Amino acid sequence: MRRVLIAEDLYLLRDGLVHLLQAHGFTVVAAVESGPELLKGLLELRPDVSVVDVRLPPTFTDEGLQAALAARTQVPGLPVLVLSQHVEQLYARELLADGSGGIGYLLKDRVFNAEQFVDAVRRVAEGGTAMDPEVIAKLLASNARNEPLAALTPRERDVLEAMAEGRSNAAIAQRLYLSESAVAKHTAGIFAKLGLAPSDDDNRRVLAVLAYLNSR
Amino acid sequence: MTGSVPVPHTGSMLRRYGQVVALLALLAVEVPVTALAAVMLLLSFALGVIVLFPPQVMMVRALAERNRRLVRRWTDAVIEPPYLPKPPPPVRQPDGMYRSDRTLYKTPRVPAWNDRWKWLLTDPATWRDHLWLLLEPVIKVALLPLLVLAPGRGLRVYAQWSDLLLGATAASRLAGQVLQLRRTRNLAADSQAAEMRRIERDLHDGTQARLVAIGMTLGAAEQLVERDPAAARALLSKAREASSETLTELRRVIRGIHPPVLAERGLADAVRALAMDSPLRVTVDVDLPHRPEAPVEAAAYFAVSELLSNAARHGGARTAAVDISSNGANLRITVTDDGMGGADPSRGSGLAGIERRLAAFEGVMALNSPPGGPTTVTMELPRVLPEDWADDRLKLPRWKAFTVATLWATSWCPTFPQGIVAGVFKILGVEEKSWFLALYLPEPWQWPAIAAMICTGVCMYVLSIRIPALHKREHWMLRAAGPGQRCVA
Repeated sequence: MRRVLIAEDLYLLRDGLVHLLQAHGFTVVAAVESGPELLKGLLELRPDVSVVDVRLPPTFTDEGLQAALAARTQVPGLPVLVLSQHVEQLYARELLADGSGGIGYLLKDRVFNAEQFVDAVRRVAEGGTAMDPEVIAKLLASNARNEPLAALTPRERDVLEAMAEGRSNAAIAQRLYLSESAVAKHTAGIFAKLGLAPSDDDNRRVLAVLAYLNSR
Repeated sequence: MTGSVPVPHTGSMLRRYGQVVALLALLAVEVPVTALAAVMLLLSFALGVIVLFPPQVMMVRALAERNRRLVRRWTDAVIEPPYLPKPPPPVRQPDGMYRSDRTLYKTPRVPAWNDRWKWLLTDPATWRDHLWLLLEPVIKVALLPLLVLAPGRGLRVYAQWSDLLLGATAASRLAGQVLQLRRTRNLAADSQAAEMRRIERDLHDGTQARLVAIGMTLGAAEQLVERDPAAARALLSKAREASSETLTELRRVIRGIHPPVLAERGLADAVRALAMDSPLRVTVDVDLPHRPEAPVEAAAYFAVSELLSNAARHGGARTAAVDISSNGANLRITVTDDGMGGADPSRGSGLAGIERRLAAFEGVMALNSPPGGPTTVTMELPRVLPEDWADDRLKLPRWKAFTVATLWATSWCPTFPQGIVAGVFKILGVEEKSWFLALYLPEPWQWPAIAAMICTGVCMYVLSIRIPALHKREHWMLRAAGPGQRCVA
């Protein structure tokens, strides 16, 4: 049973998230609605994973993001999945800056697809990453003039996108209708073209790719 | 004027005399023009040939303008033209007619002429020009001895005289400012209305239409759920996809109204976020001690956003630099890119849009884009930052501070010993005169002198309070006119 903390100020959405995660076998240890409560909960309860809205009372700015970042400086690698109505590369970079994984950053719409959302929560709880496809699209768009990236084949690019979102080889294979060994071959090709050291660990591999895309 | 006396070089003296001769020779033009102007004025008002009036005024103005230019060239004294701005061209009504007062015209000619006529007739500067022209020979003759003996000094006195009748007055400056403000207000209101219409259209055509489609899909699914659960499920997943698209659409609209990152993080981080999303390699340098007001931030953000996307789309640039800094209370933004240059504000509507947006804050934009690049755009928004960051306007200038200190240090003397104490001595009939000046005067002058002393002292106290208070009020009023207290009507 994974212990989860939810921070969301809209009652309907908070309630929906509680039910959704409980139905998928999570234990909701707290459901808070403001930034200070969130920080207190993160530090005192040390949940296995928390689902956090960026914009929270009292300031309705980036209260949730700041609380998550503050908690992660005190407890490195504390798994946090950040939800937002809009995604920004700036926030993604701040979340990934410590390079310790256990980070998710998704658009709120992704909650619509319960399976994928719960999968993302699990991945983050296990120390992996879950980046919104839109963040990855923005990252790739701003890397448009990056030559090693331009040298990738379309298939390799698909694999790179899925990998940057934080998916494992198995999940990528399922999504792109490929065999796992084909995915492994593509990943090796990508790592060679980008000049990255290959790694068998899924999480470390994703962080390397994100760090590469962010290093521009 | 500087206190030092310029050493008269022979060359410069000769030039001065040349200028004096030219000034006097101008009388040969001015006197006939005066006569002609008088005749034209007589014809246009006494005989009703009013068509002669505008050319007559323009003739006098041309002469006055030439005089301003000459004075500036000879003495460095800048005489600001005092004329009211030209009336705008007549506006076509929805029915295709042009209106002037209570009459409608088919062409804009008559209303334009009417506006021009009123403009020239009611501008006090017109009549000050006439007065100047009329007095011109008198003044020149009166100044003749000075012009001959000390041409430099004489020309300067002449410049002062010209400034008196040809220069801008406080009223003309204010009138100009009022017109300018009215124009920027209209521009701001127009662009705001256009913005609202755009948002309305986006919501109406995009979001609203999509929500209707989702509602219909859900209705269809509801009907099918008993009969054909598989089809109902397909419809439901379609509705979910559509709601996701609606959210994407809505996100785009919101970004156009006020980007969320700007609301959450302020200008510096919002511009950094822009730089990250841009395909160019953008360096961002923001040096602002505090966040500016929200409308200022939004204007600056959209300007930078537009410029960066211009650079990426048309300029063929690879790198760009954004620099945002404060210059006193002014906000200064510089965007440079290494593209091929040759940007022209009259061709692209983007630059015009930025100018319109900045106009609401009296902001200006300077574009430097030579063919081949690089392109540099500098924007400056005056007085949009809180003033107390940078300057010490609240501090009195030195001479005022000195006066106030002197007043405080000395005003006790006339008030108390020389005034009130002397009065008490006189009432009590004390023989002692001590150093009370009033008591040394003849008997009938003693009371008036005491009263005058008290008055002087009190006046000095009042002044020493009033000078700093007035100074602060100027500062306060300036601030009140700034964006901080801008009220939304």
